[in-house]
Amino acid sequence: MRIARVVGTVVATRKHPAFDGGKLLLVQPLTLDDSPRGPVLLAVDAMGAGVHEKVLIVIEGRAAGEALGRKLAPVDAAVIGIVDTVDVQE
Amino acid sequence: MQLARVIGDVVATHKDQNLSGLKLLVLQPLSADGSASGRSLVAVDAVGAGVGETVFFVRGKEASLPFFPTWVPADAGIVGIVDHWDLG
Repeated sequence: MRIARVVGTVVATRKHPAFDGGKLLLVQPLTLDDSPRGPVLLAVDAMGAGVHEKVLIVIEGRAAGEALGRKLAPVDAAVIGIVDTVDVQE
Repeated sequence: MQLARVIGDVVATHKDQNLSGLKLLVLQPLSADGSASGRSLVAVDAVGAGVGETVFFVRGKEASLPFFPTWVPADAGIVGIVDHWDLG
């Protein structure tokens, strides 16, 4: 899993039926010091996350499909938690 | 998934039989500001996308799932056409 920041939302009328009713978020994966790391991704939202929130995402197909509750969904990323705090000791 | 612009198509007459009838498109991944980001790639189309459109695509074996129970040998697939996106 990765920590990411929600940076936007995506509207797509024509999409695979597995996405119907789900929210699509643009998420920027972060390093532990909150700087951007890697490209901005689209993730399906299973948690009701909003823009600017720090979230926990999975970047793996099976896990993302489970989060969406649809096992054969063509997805590879999902928001599966909203982060309250991250405490790193070292 | 990632945002991308469809910048071309690929014709391959001789290909894996499970790819027959499917459209192969060339994608340029985009960053959140709409600029090109990363290397272009070829994706199988599951939603009827065309050149010039902005789409989102899935990576990995999940690209094959729109064609289940056929297992398409694809590692990237277009699964949505983007109307617009908004940055917060």
